[in-house]
Amino acid sequence: MFLFIIRRMVQSLFVLFIMSLIVFTLINLVGDPVDMLVNPESLPEEIERVRKDFGLDQPVHIQYGKFLAGALSGDLGNSFIFGRPALTLMIERLPATLELATSALIIALTFGLPLGIYAGLYPNSIRTRIIMGSSILGISIPTFWLGLMLIIVFSVLLGWLPVSGRGDTAIFLGIESSIFSLDGLRHLILPATSLAFFKLAMVIRLARSGTVEIMSLDFIKFARARGLNSIRIICAHLLPNILIPIITVLAIEFGTLIAFATVTETIFAWPGLGKLLIDAIINLDRPVIVAYLLFVVTLFLILNLIVDILYATLDPRVRYKAEI
Amino acid sequence: MKLKSKLTSLFFVTLAIFSIGKGILHADELTVALAAEPTSMDPHYQNLTINNSMATQVYDALVLQDVNQNLIPGLAVSWKPVDENTWEFKLRKGVAFHNGAKFSAEDVIATMERAANVPNSPSSFATFIKGKTFEVIDDFTLQVSTEKTNPFIPNDMSRISIIDSAFVNATTEDFNTGIAAQGTGPFVLGKWLPGDQIKLVRNNDYWGPVVDWNNVNVRPISDGTTRIAALIAGDVDFIERVPSSDLPLVEKRSGLRVFKSVSNRMLYLTLHMTEEPTRPYVTDNDGNAIASPFMDVRVRKAVSLLINREAISEKVMDGLSFPAGQFSPKGYIGYNSDLKADPYDLEKAKELLAEAGFADGFKLTMHGPAGRYTNDTRILEAIAQMLSRAGIETSVETMPASVFFKRFARGGIDETPEFTVAMSGYANGSGEPSHPLRIFIHTKQKERGYGPGNRNGYSNAEVDKLIEDGRASMDIKAGEDAFLLATEIAMKEYALVPIHHEIATWAAQDEIAYEHGALDSTFIHNIRNKK
Repeated sequence: MFLFIIRRMVQSLFVLFIMSLIVFTLINLVGDPVDMLVNPESLPEEIERVRKDFGLDQPVHIQYGKFLAGALSGDLGNSFIFGRPALTLMIERLPATLELATSALIIALTFGLPLGIYAGLYPNSIRTRIIMGSSILGISIPTFWLGLMLIIVFSVLLGWLPVSGRGDTAIFLGIESSIFSLDGLRHLILPATSLAFFKLAMVIRLARSGTVEIMSLDFIKFARARGLNSIRIICAHLLPNILIPIITVLAIEFGTLIAFATVTETIFAWPGLGKLLIDAIINLDRPVIVAYLLFVVTLFLILNLIVDILYATLDPRVRYKAEI
Repeated sequence: MKLKSKLTSLFFVTLAIFSIGKGILHADELTVALAAEPTSMDPHYQNLTINNSMATQVYDALVLQDVNQNLIPGLAVSWKPVDENTWEFKLRKGVAFHNGAKFSAEDVIATMERAANVPNSPSSFATFIKGKTFEVIDDFTLQVSTEKTNPFIPNDMSRISIIDSAFVNATTEDFNTGIAAQGTGPFVLGKWLPGDQIKLVRNNDYWGPVVDWNNVNVRPISDGTTRIAALIAGDVDFIERVPSSDLPLVEKRSGLRVFKSVSNRMLYLTLHMTEEPTRPYVTDNDGNAIASPFMDVRVRKAVSLLINREAISEKVMDGLSFPAGQFSPKGYIGYNSDLKADPYDLEKAKELLAEAGFADGFKLTMHGPAGRYTNDTRILEAIAQMLSRAGIETSVETMPASVFFKRFARGGIDETPEFTVAMSGYANGSGEPSHPLRIFIHTKQKERGYGPGNRNGYSNAEVDKLIEDGRASMDIKAGEDAFLLATEIAMKEYALVPIHHEIATWAAQDEIAYEHGALDSTFIHNIRNKK
């Protein structure tokens, strides 16, 4: 297991290096940040100053060399727009996005698992049809539309919840998050629900198909024959087995939630990472785009690693194979 | 985007039927939703419209600008030229910074030193400071001199926010956290939470009219539909940039009101007119390369006559644009009342094209940015259809602004402008009338700072002389007349083809009044409580 992790980490570093090379080179082919930054009314020497200060007068390979040297010491460069380290900007925005993604994931699992298992256990019931029907809706509704509808119904018409923004934050166990304040929670409900909707539908469908498949297998029949009650069968025998595909998919989905919740964050004016990325792309803030993409790659590499480790824990067969 | 706005409009219709206006919750608290957010709270960090308008809330400049960018007294009560190269400013007495420090000429000197040299600035204010010598005569008298006559020093001074001299060495971070953000403006900066909100508190000791609100929360909400929803739900009291598709509903709704004004933001077409044997993106009807047809002023005029500006306003802009015939809208500096937007005239355009030898038209590709200006791509597509009616078979190519502006400026051979016909936009941020003339109309002379935005090779010695003379005379009135004449000549030669001025919009709860002019940015101190 230990060896496996080490090997994966070496691979990951290589992937990161290749990725940085590709991203850095490609981003340098697009436009010229100076056109986006310097006010057109400025004198010509101002344009030259910015070009020089931001190192844009150097050839790409030299710029990349400098970037790489900085990256090895943990410095991914300064944002052109904000004049602050790209990494700091992302770390500042990360908590807001994390709490949104985590809440969405929790909502999806809390409601998705029981509903999916129910649908798998009673495939012909009328309730199952309703559940499965709504899950198709969940998969097909565009996120931006759902977000707007939630705003219109719950904020504008009913006036129960705020339209947008993050609300107050509170500090608990050294972590500052809006989860710990009532106002923060009220702000969180709509964006988290809107983000969770698609994942919820997916969890339902995965849990259902898993349940249908597992319930017909011999070991469940034996468990029944041994006279175990259904709750125990579901919790001890069914759940661990259907969880494997769900975890695989959700881990990757969690990554996309963090990295690309852009639409939801824009609609709810949520001060998270997505907004940072969009602004960086529009204004050609190269250091932020590069740092962001590298962050995303790292995120997915780590999530994949965690999935593999969880596999081994949940499924003994994987563990044994790894040890052989 | 279009589908989205249609879908959401549909729901706002439903909404309008079922709900009632909420009104302001607290009489002296205001929440404002803006479409964008400043990149910093350091007033000298970046010369960017949103940063500058936020800076005017916390800081004052020596000279202020009203809603139509006329110069009015700020931290200087008066200013006058004392000789050909020197301006004298009399400073306001008894003004204190938010931290209690007293304002005097020393603070101006410190400010100029800092503002020209902010590290990592993506667009610095050095442009307004370099080449000027500042001399303190006494605590409340200051002289600013330049090597050459410069009638626009008061305009330049209106661009620089004055800070307390104690913070001459403060970093941008010190301003962002609020430690150094001690201005003399109508609001005190409470706290900045990037991406989430800016908290402003009333400055009760302001030297000018004290604002109506104890506390103001400024929230960036970039999505137009969300801004409207937040206003209707009563989460916010005032918003800028109402999406055009939702405007009729907001206007009809009781409890809400809308403010509109023709802004100085103008969209234009630039038609390449240098003498080259062939130009890219333009061919004859058989596809053979030709020289630019736009070297002939008749063809340029024909293009302008073919643009049905009323139709664009009605069909593409949902009424939120006003036909333009020059840089300035009516009532704004540099407006020439003799210049009107060209009316749509297909017959006349065809005649002109025939006279110029293009009776059968030609083929053309127009370029423009996508998503930079309101409905930019759709405007270009509409114009392409209009040109095609007279035989100019036009296709449109748009691209992200970050790609467009580089190619627009220097995407061609030897870093020359690449496009033959392109659409772009302009808004005078400086408040001085020669600004657009210097940038777009004057012959390109890089070293002298003339014509940096002149991308089509327009050059007229008479116009150049008018611009230069006006910019080198302390006789402001004579200068303004020269600029009006230069504008008239250039517009009649179609140095650019103006399309329209965008109409800026704001919406608010009924109890709110807002003073607005030709600027499309939002100035919070102009938001008033009617109660």
